[in-house]
Amino acid sequence: MNLLEIQHRMLDAVMQPLTPGEQMQPRARDGKSMREVAAEFIKPNDRLSSFERLEIYNRQYWFRVLASLDEDFPGLRAIIGQRRFDALCKAYLVDCPSQSFTLRNLGSRLESWLRSHPEWIQPRASLALDMVRLEWAEIEAFDGAAEPVLTPGDALASEQDPQFSLQPYLQLIKLRYPVDDLLVAIRKDSSEAGMASNAVSERRKQTRVRKVARQKPQAVYLVVHRVEYSVYFKRLEPEAFTFLKALREGKTLSDAVVLAFQRSDVHESNLLGIVQNWFENWSTLGWFCRPKSANQESISSSERQP
Amino acid sequence: MPANAFNGFTDFGVGIGLRVPHYQHILSEKPVVSWFEIISENYMIDGGRPLHVLEQILERYRVVQHGVSMYFGSPEPVNREHLKKLKALVRRTQTPWLTDHLCWGSVDGTYSHDLLPMPYTFEAARHTAQKIREVRDFLEIPIAVENVSSYAEFHVSEMTEWEFLTEVVESADCGILLDVNNIYVSSRNHNFDPDDYVDGVPAERVAQIHIAGHSKFEKYILDTHDYPVIDPVWTLYARAVELGGRTATLLEWDDNIPSFAEVHNEALKANRFIPEMAVAS
Repeated sequence: MNLLEIQHRMLDAVMQPLTPGEQMQPRARDGKSMREVAAEFIKPNDRLSSFERLEIYNRQYWFRVLASLDEDFPGLRAIIGQRRFDALCKAYLVDCPSQSFTLRNLGSRLESWLRSHPEWIQPRASLALDMVRLEWAEIEAFDGAAEPVLTPGDALASEQDPQFSLQPYLQLIKLRYPVDDLLVAIRKDSSEAGMASNAVSERRKQTRVRKVARQKPQAVYLVVHRVEYSVYFKRLEPEAFTFLKALREGKTLSDAVVLAFQRSDVHESNLLGIVQNWFENWSTLGWFCRPKSANQESISSSERQP
Repeated sequence: MPANAFNGFTDFGVGIGLRVPHYQHILSEKPVVSWFEIISENYMIDGGRPLHVLEQILERYRVVQHGVSMYFGSPEPVNREHLKKLKALVRRTQTPWLTDHLCWGSVDGTYSHDLLPMPYTFEAARHTAQKIREVRDFLEIPIAVENVSSYAEFHVSEMTEWEFLTEVVESADCGILLDVNNIYVSSRNHNFDPDDYVDGVPAERVAQIHIAGHSKFEKYILDTHDYPVIDPVWTLYARAVELGGRTATLLEWDDNIPSFAEVHNEALKANRFIPEMAVAS
């Protein structure tokens, strides 16, 4: 058996889900006895059979990847419950094993996978999908790129109808449930679990989830952003959200204003004041950045300096 | 032999791993630490707090990069995009040398996120050495490969683990990150004498040493990095230093992480085994 054959066989066995008792499956995916499969390439020793040695890796794999998703998606876990969450994660990882060098990206395909497997999140599918989108947005916002903040001195402002670039880490998501508040509350319950019992904390979470799930869906326009390297949620008016989405899509200022207010009953005479207010507020939060091309120009010119 | 080509001719002392629970203490108290080891992958990101913290650390401390995902033994060719990101980080940290594991962990782009053991064959050694050379040539800094803890052995193996390690590092002309805890763990799991391992590797290629704690189970030992270093591992460390001289040493503590002071004090015990440091203290 050559190197590649061993690696294929071992990875296949390692990534096969564990039994409910967290042991290695007795059968490989092709129906062969796992004891025979293991014995073909792994030596036993005086304490462990080939199967048991391979099982150590099998268990470590699943404990590691499940712990990673458990850490990244506490909101989804609270909505569907720990047992169902564990089963969902196993099914997801069988269909979507990691394709990245980092566990940070393990949940990157969870939302799209859930959309094609809604049975895992029924009857709270919309709520659960909202939560997954929020939790993934939080991951992206935490370590996304930040470009130099746009300053009043930047030439861009003097253009007649400028485009504005938003910080790459900024995440704009439209939700149907107030999962931002729910996630904050769930985290608080978890951090207070040390003081109360885990059972009390879990009951509290379930009550919160039920309360939100009973609400009539209503649009929540949310920005997931960073202040001093910590991630925060900020709700916006629908017009403001549409405006930011338009800017992110590369629309000019005037086009973004038109899009933002096309279905709004705000009087035209108030538009300038509203938009100015947005700019002041968002500039304070550092949401606007210099366009990448401007940064590159700036770098090139500084490199040219003697 | 404190400095050699495989650690960039540096003379680093005893360091510890840079871990999140210690960020605040390090940044506010600015403790005296010879150097920090960082996990490269934690900083191969586009922005945010981890990079901000790293910048502050780099202002005061020397940093060496340690990777967990290069998978020199995996069948895929080296991923150039990954290497570009890694090289950007290397430039940022100015790490004098870079370490990763002598293992595999992925096949056809699917990742196990584990450090899976190599079959000790000449075919595997050739394949692995070729990838190490390619990475070193791209990154343009010395590479040292770390022996991993293992729980399985393969029928096809043609040599001992230390012979395989020697075969790989000599073919690749790279250094060794000698993890004496991993040697101990594997020696118990596979019934070999750990002294044979330490004596068997080319000491002149040892760029760095890792020490750590582990967890003992009924039938095997797991490399968990969640306990202090046990005496038999210190004994192996003493032997490694005796053979190779004072070498950059790093304590790994990755789970149930105690206070910074506790981790640092545990690491500094290494100085007891270095004659010139023992006299000085």
